[in-house]
Amino acid sequence: MSDVHAQTVSYVRETMLPEAEPPVTERGAIKWLRENLFSSWLNAILTILSLFVIYYVLSHTLGWMLYGIWDAGSLTECRQIRNELYGEDASVACWAVLADRWDQLLFGFYPQDLYWRPVAALLVFFVAVSPILFEGVPRKLFYLTAAAPFICFWLIWGGTIWGPIVVALGFVIAGAIFRYGAEMVGPLLAIIGAFLVPILYWLLLAGPLTGMLNSIAPIGMQYVSSDEIGGFMLAFIIGITGIILSFPLGILLALGRQSDLFIINKTCVTFIEVIRGVPLIVWLFTASLLLNYFLPPGTNFDLLLRVIIMVTFFASAYMAEVIRGGLAALPRGQYEGADSLGLNYWQSMQLIILPQALKISIPGIVNTFIGLFKDTTLVVFVGLSDPIGFSNLIRATTDWNGIYWELFIFIGLCFFICCFSMSKYSQFLERKLRTEHR
Amino acid sequence: MKKSVLLGTLAIAGLAAGFASAQTLDEVQARGSLNCGVTTGLVGFAAPNASGEWEGFDVGLCRAVAAAVFGDATAVNFVPTTGQTRFTALASGEVDMLARNTTWTFSRDVDLRFEFVGINYYDGQGFMVPRELGVASAMELDGATVCIQTGTTTELNLADFFSSNGMSYEPVPIETNAEAQQQYLAGACDVYTTDASGLAATRATFEDPSAHVVLPEIISKEPLGPLVRHGDNEWGDIVRWTLNALIAAEELGITSANVAELASGTDNPEINRLLGTEGELGGMLGLSSDWAQNAIAAVGNYGQLFEDNIGESTPIGLSRGLNAQWTDGGLLYSPPFR
Amino acid sequence: MATMTEPPAEAFRLSQLIYDTRYRSLTIQVVAFILIMAGVFWLANNTVQNLQELGKDFNFGFLGQRAGYDINQRLIEYSNDSTHARAALVGILNTLLVAFLGCILATILGVIAGVLRLSKNWIVSRLMGVYVEGFRNIPTLLWILIVFAIMTEATPQPRDFRGENPEASMILFDTVAITNRGIFIPAPVWGEGAMVLILVFLASLAGIFAFRRYARKRQEETGVILPVFWVSLGLFFIPSILFYYILGRPVTLDYPELAGFNFTGGTHLRNSLIALWLALSLYTGAFIAENVRSGILAVSKGQTEAAFALGLRPNRTMNLVILPQALRVIIPPLISQYLNLTKNSSLAIAVGYMDVRSTLGGISINQTGRELEGMLLLGLFYLVTSLIISGLMNIYNQSIKLKER
Repeated sequence: MSDVHAQTVSYVRETMLPEAEPPVTERGAIKWLRENLFSSWLNAILTILSLFVIYYVLSHTLGWMLYGIWDAGSLTECRQIRNELYGEDASVACWAVLADRWDQLLFGFYPQDLYWRPVAALLVFFVAVSPILFEGVPRKLFYLTAAAPFICFWLIWGGTIWGPIVVALGFVIAGAIFRYGAEMVGPLLAIIGAFLVPILYWLLLAGPLTGMLNSIAPIGMQYVSSDEIGGFMLAFIIGITGIILSFPLGILLALGRQSDLFIINKTCVTFIEVIRGVPLIVWLFTASLLLNYFLPPGTNFDLLLRVIIMVTFFASAYMAEVIRGGLAALPRGQYEGADSLGLNYWQSMQLIILPQALKISIPGIVNTFIGLFKDTTLVVFVGLSDPIGFSNLIRATTDWNGIYWELFIFIGLCFFICCFSMSKYSQFLERKLRTEHR
Repeated sequence: MKKSVLLGTLAIAGLAAGFASAQTLDEVQARGSLNCGVTTGLVGFAAPNASGEWEGFDVGLCRAVAAAVFGDATAVNFVPTTGQTRFTALASGEVDMLARNTTWTFSRDVDLRFEFVGINYYDGQGFMVPRELGVASAMELDGATVCIQTGTTTELNLADFFSSNGMSYEPVPIETNAEAQQQYLAGACDVYTTDASGLAATRATFEDPSAHVVLPEIISKEPLGPLVRHGDNEWGDIVRWTLNALIAAEELGITSANVAELASGTDNPEINRLLGTEGELGGMLGLSSDWAQNAIAAVGNYGQLFEDNIGESTPIGLSRGLNAQWTDGGLLYSPPFR
Repeated sequence: MATMTEPPAEAFRLSQLIYDTRYRSLTIQVVAFILIMAGVFWLANNTVQNLQELGKDFNFGFLGQRAGYDINQRLIEYSNDSTHARAALVGILNTLLVAFLGCILATILGVIAGVLRLSKNWIVSRLMGVYVEGFRNIPTLLWILIVFAIMTEATPQPRDFRGENPEASMILFDTVAITNRGIFIPAPVWGEGAMVLILVFLASLAGIFAFRRYARKRQEETGVILPVFWVSLGLFFIPSILFYYILGRPVTLDYPELAGFNFTGGTHLRNSLIALWLALSLYTGAFIAENVRSGILAVSKGQTEAAFALGLRPNRTMNLVILPQALRVIIPPLISQYLNLTKNSSLAIAVGYMDVRSTLGGISINQTGRELEGMLLLGLFYLVTSLIISGLMNIYNQSIKLKER
């Protein structure tokens, strides 16, 4: 039989062939190009179009940027240097304006030898929010989170250390009354007391107490007034305080919007819709032009504070919507479970609902913060010196009058870096939450 | 817990909070610094330099007032205000005085209830065009596109000028001077109109100033001056007479260089009265007797202030024109110190 | 006995208001109501006192006064002799115009960018990623300023069209001029018989609509698919063009011409409008692109595969299977993007576009010193606009929502 076989089958391979290279069009760069760039006529056209767009943009900007002049004292000098180096017709950037004024764009009029203070405040802020944002961080840091607002306030504005401490004491008093008062005078009186006592304390006692403590032990730093704060520092301060202050307000509004109590529900809905229906710039003008009408005659406090108050209201409406989304995303069983344990409304909110709802809301809160941070540029319209405001101020000097793109590019880049990293973080968080929930 | 930033700030602000009462001087003295409203940046008039100090012609006036009140020209908080927020800032007491090239008009003085204490710059609205356009007079501008800063009196003047001459135009309203400048240079408008001083200042920083001409017509009167709230005459007097002291100092030949020497006594009784070596002018204002001496020592007399910031020796290169002393054919005329 | 007996009816005690859950909610509401009213009264009282102190009153009489300033971009008749109310109306129309145009362009850009970002083409998806991230992470105000500046710098000035060898020339057979003052396009001049032409055009639109309904009904009944697109296209153009010649060309075009300082004639789309429109659309488009992308990704792959298995072609799969489902995810965030765009149009002042914020909320307030009244009207306008937009879009959202039976 083997003969037959040998005759009919002329050749039998007994060893494996070595793997052959795929054809030229199916491997390496060419395959990648074929699959990713030229898979169809439409794709080929799109690819060529995109390449053209990239070439066009880069050919017009790259040289301008790379040949930019970094070392000059004014725009006129810049032009002279350019004329010497590249001739009159060349178009090159004059980055010297950034070398000259970067500190103002970042810190405003903040005293130069005190720049470490806002930087330290920012670091404190990051450490303080880290237990909220990342899970691997020791929980003890929450104590720092509670103290951080006072530390940051003191670092940025300076002045006596007793001011923030005395104000913080008010919260400690409130907490103590809330915690221990319930047993002594009953829960209702404790809640009312926890609200009223600190307010009375702040209004009547805090001022004299600060003065007294300061005269006993004058510990403090150089006071820096609000109008020396500007540039990106201003944007950060408005954005961060706005978002932090709007957080408790947003929670209350979100709960109010879910509440069955007619008046409270309608008030919250009206507040949220009115705030969200009107552009921020109108609210900022309200802060700058009208807030003085609404306050008792004679009161007057600085524009930065007024803007922060308005921004807080503005952000709280958006925050309320984000948190409402978080509340709505919780399964119904959580509410029912809390009820079946016999917890009352506040207990169930505090122990069951909010911790979960807030956790899912964090990406939304980060996104709200990005939006708010970008919107801080609008304060230029009410005369605060944010980065764009400072670009106007810099151009109003004889040295730099007429400079344009360089400042915008720098400001845009700074915003991009901040917002992009935050949005990447929030996307990471969203992915993590999604996998956790499945 | 975090609400405390607000409350803390409130507490601090509460301590420093002013009251827009009738007693601005007491308030300023209690605060220890002057809140002075300036522009959000205008070449030569108000802008911060690289080390963050404000400089300029309007800024000089703020410093002079601070020097008169405190003897310290650095005791000023400069509050940048926009065209839209400036009046509210003053009315609400956020600033004590406004030195922000603001035109003195009837309605601002009477209806908006402010007090213009004097005029520190006589200006007028003019036009700038590129030389290659070949326009020699504003009457040839029929159909032109005009760049204009919004929120100022220039808008109204422009509308009046074109309609009274039966010409048409296309306004391009722009928020800031820098923006308007960019538009004009790119040719998005044929004409740029603003106060003549602003035109000169803007033109001076062009890459090729000679390619642009400022037309001879001045279509409006723009008396620019500092203003305070209506109803506080004591404070108004201080600002008014500080300005007058600077003007009178130039007339009397007092400069920042020789003021200390002259303050030890001269033969001229008016100089003596002004510098406080004779009479009690300072006391009448509620200030120390050397108030004017401090103001002049801090910023120089009017002429020095002008030359240092916007005069012919600076890149802006404005000539004195109407802003010369009355003895030199200008309009500056300080009432006597007597 | 385990049966519940009715509790004895107790006399009402005051403490029940607090401790009895039946009454507590009432108590809380009454207290809240009193507090809110007290707050409102406090604000109103302060305002009255402050106004008195400043010697101002609260009235809207300034709206009837002569405005005295000019507005370049206007959809209705306006001159500097008109009233402040009229100026406000011009501003309102301008705001609505740019918001309307912006919403349309933003949707188009957003859908294109969102779909292309999912494309398998490496370079295209990266480019779209750069666009989306770039616009999402830089403030609107900055983009508006940048787009305005680019448009001013990159386009020729009217002067360049002059002379023997002009540096720039008009495009599309000398009918359209793109300058840094805006784009000049031919404007239609309505002659005799134009009315008939418009009626014919409207009739053909109605015809298209009717045909589409008929085609759908027919498809549902018989399964036959009619060539809707080509018939619609024909109906759109053919009757109008036919009547245009039958009526003896009742509509002519007024071409822009270079005269004096500038182009005259034709329709002038101002640079400020175009810049604001583009900037807002690009900015909002980036956000919409993300919505579209997540909307498409939200439709599970099984849907596409099932549609292919049924033998549907890719474009029909997209139209009939993917998009209707994706739309339900896309529409709600789209509404809030439209609202954002409308609100962001209040930054128009940065490029000198005279929207309602710049006329009523800017120059009018500044000239009359009526900030309280002006800001109130301004806020009211934006509020009403927002409510109307979200109301309309919610109705639309309801209509496409999954009908659960």
